[in-house]
Amino acid sequence: MLSKKQKDLIAEIWEGLISVADDIGADALLSVSCVPRSVRRMFASYPGTKTYFSHLDISHRSAHLLSHGKKIVLAIAEGAKDISQLTVTLAPLQTLHAYQLRIDPTNFKLFSHCMLVSLACHMGEDFTPEAHAAMDKYLSAFAAVLAEKYR
Amino acid sequence: MVAWTEFERATIKDIFSKIDYDVVGPAALCRCLVVYPWTQRYFGNFGNLYNAAAIMGNPLVAKHGTTILNGLERAVKDMDNIKTTYAELSVLHSEKLHVDPDNFKLLSDCLTIVVAAQFGKAFTAEVQAAFQKFLAVVVSSLGRQYH
Repeated sequence: MLSKKQKDLIAEIWEGLISVADDIGADALLSVSCVPRSVRRMFASYPGTKTYFSHLDISHRSAHLLSHGKKIVLAIAEGAKDISQLTVTLAPLQTLHAYQLRIDPTNFKLFSHCMLVSLACHMGEDFTPEAHAAMDKYLSAFAAVLAEKYR
Repeated sequence: MVAWTEFERATIKDIFSKIDYDVVGPAALCRCLVVYPWTQRYFGNFGNLYNAAAIMGNPLVAKHGTTILNGLERAVKDMDNIKTTYAELSVLHSEKLHVDPDNFKLLSDCLTIVVAAQFGKAFTAEVQAAFQKFLAVVVSSLGRQYH
């Protein structure tokens, strides 16, 4: 599915993001950087996605938003370490999404797009078409595996 | 009729005043052809699209990218009449070019990413939402004359 070159590109991008967080000494940067921003972008562009968070405070920079965003990025980063093992790595999350959260899978596409926009904002020119293609492919695979137990 | 807020109108005009059509247009079209390779099916007579480097160096792709951005400008100049503006282009894409309208969305996503990369932090969630709303109206108008 993903070529070796694409897997390397993806691992490189995620390592770069996580290491920036270490430098600044706060998970906060990672959480301020890509994923909670992506979640905020998603809520702004696709308001229907907010319906899944009626039980949380999702206002700007809320603790819920930051912690939730962090959970998502850690899962995506974990998956990127060994993409061939996605089904194993994501097994508990598959169950969670299928039986408890039951988020309509079209929303995964919306979130993936917002992640790509955040990456573009963060990386500028470094977010080349090749990097974009690899990341889009990875996020699609991730979303597909996540929805595997739905039916 | 689409209702535009003052923020949305200002945001769209601001973005288009700050992008170089000769840079952003080609970048967006190249990106689309690389990220969604099946879109290459519509460019059979454009010559070498064999790999990313070939696509990015292809002058016909670049020229067409600029043409697309100039086409978008027509909508920016008359945001209250986008449907009418694109009626003819919609017929062209349907009857003559036979482009699956889903592809308009793919290109608009790539354009969003290119603009995001240029604007960085300034491309906030609200700016993105406004830009995507504009592109969604364009995409819908282009698909409208299909039957």
